[in-house]
Amino acid sequence: MVADEVLLELIHSELVSYAYTKAEEKEKDKKEVDFSSLEYAGFLSGYRMIERLTKDWPRFKDELETLKFICTDFWSAVYKKQIDNLRTNHQGVYVLQDNAFRFLNKISSGTQYLEHAPRYVAFTCGLLRGALANLGIVSLVTAEIQPMPAVKFHIEVKRS
Amino acid sequence: MAVCIAVIGKENSPKYISCLKEDEELQLHYKVHTSLDIVEEKLSAPTKAAGDLRELYLGLLYSTEELKVFGYVTNTKIKFIIVVDSANSMLRDNEVRTMFRKLHTAYTDVVCNPFYIPGDKIESKKFDAVVKAIFQGN
Repeated sequence: MVADEVLLELIHSELVSYAYTKAEEKEKDKKEVDFSSLEYAGFLSGYRMIERLTKDWPRFKDELETLKFICTDFWSAVYKKQIDNLRTNHQGVYVLQDNAFRFLNKISSGTQYLEHAPRYVAFTCGLLRGALANLGIVSLVTAEIQPMPAVKFHIEVKRS
Repeated sequence: MAVCIAVIGKENSPKYISCLKEDEELQLHYKVHTSLDIVEEKLSAPTKAAGDLRELYLGLLYSTEELKVFGYVTNTKIKFIIVVDSANSMLRDNEVRTMFRKLHTAYTDVVCNPFYIPGDKIESKKFDAVVKAIFQGN
């Protein structure tokens, strides 16, 4: 692996552990940990990144084409691979499946660390939301962790 | 070459307007503002010439005896407007395209600045320098 690809993984895992300890300090008694700051960091990154990535592209025809761009070019730019599967019900719900999600790839793929996995997808949910928001699609992004390195991102487009 | 350069945000609020001559400012602001209607029209038009419409560069929006207005819209719905002096008849389409591309590159740099809040006015020396270079025609 090229060195500069490792940097993203390292800074991301540091970001996660930092946000996690911060959130834990704030609400010791609660079981659920708040990932919203992580998600927001992702949102801002996605928002800024998309401005640059779409610079040399023709205008997108519709929503589906925009999502296709996210699955191929945007994902390649960030995760060096494409989304493995894109599904939609044509009513504003999209499911993006990544069979070997990069931030979970280095973790044992059994069920042992499953409870820690959600914190590694929060940033990416924000990243997707931010990218779509700047392209004019307001959405709600959630993640579902399938057997370990596989993640499904559910995008629910908000219609006004 | 150019006499006025404007960057308009997603919801048609001005992010940046700069004019070459101060005494023509009011008239130029007005021209930029009216041209936004034509931008909207071009964007929402039924896809007759689909090939043309998908390009970011919108071409000539309108021209009067002394002015020509050109438009450009990014994928993220940011509009760039350049007003050019009509007396400069030698201006080629390609040169206008180059001006827009320079402007777009400068804009992406502004957005990537972590201290810039998207939606705010652009206050950047680097961006100013790019606009100045376009005014001077290079």
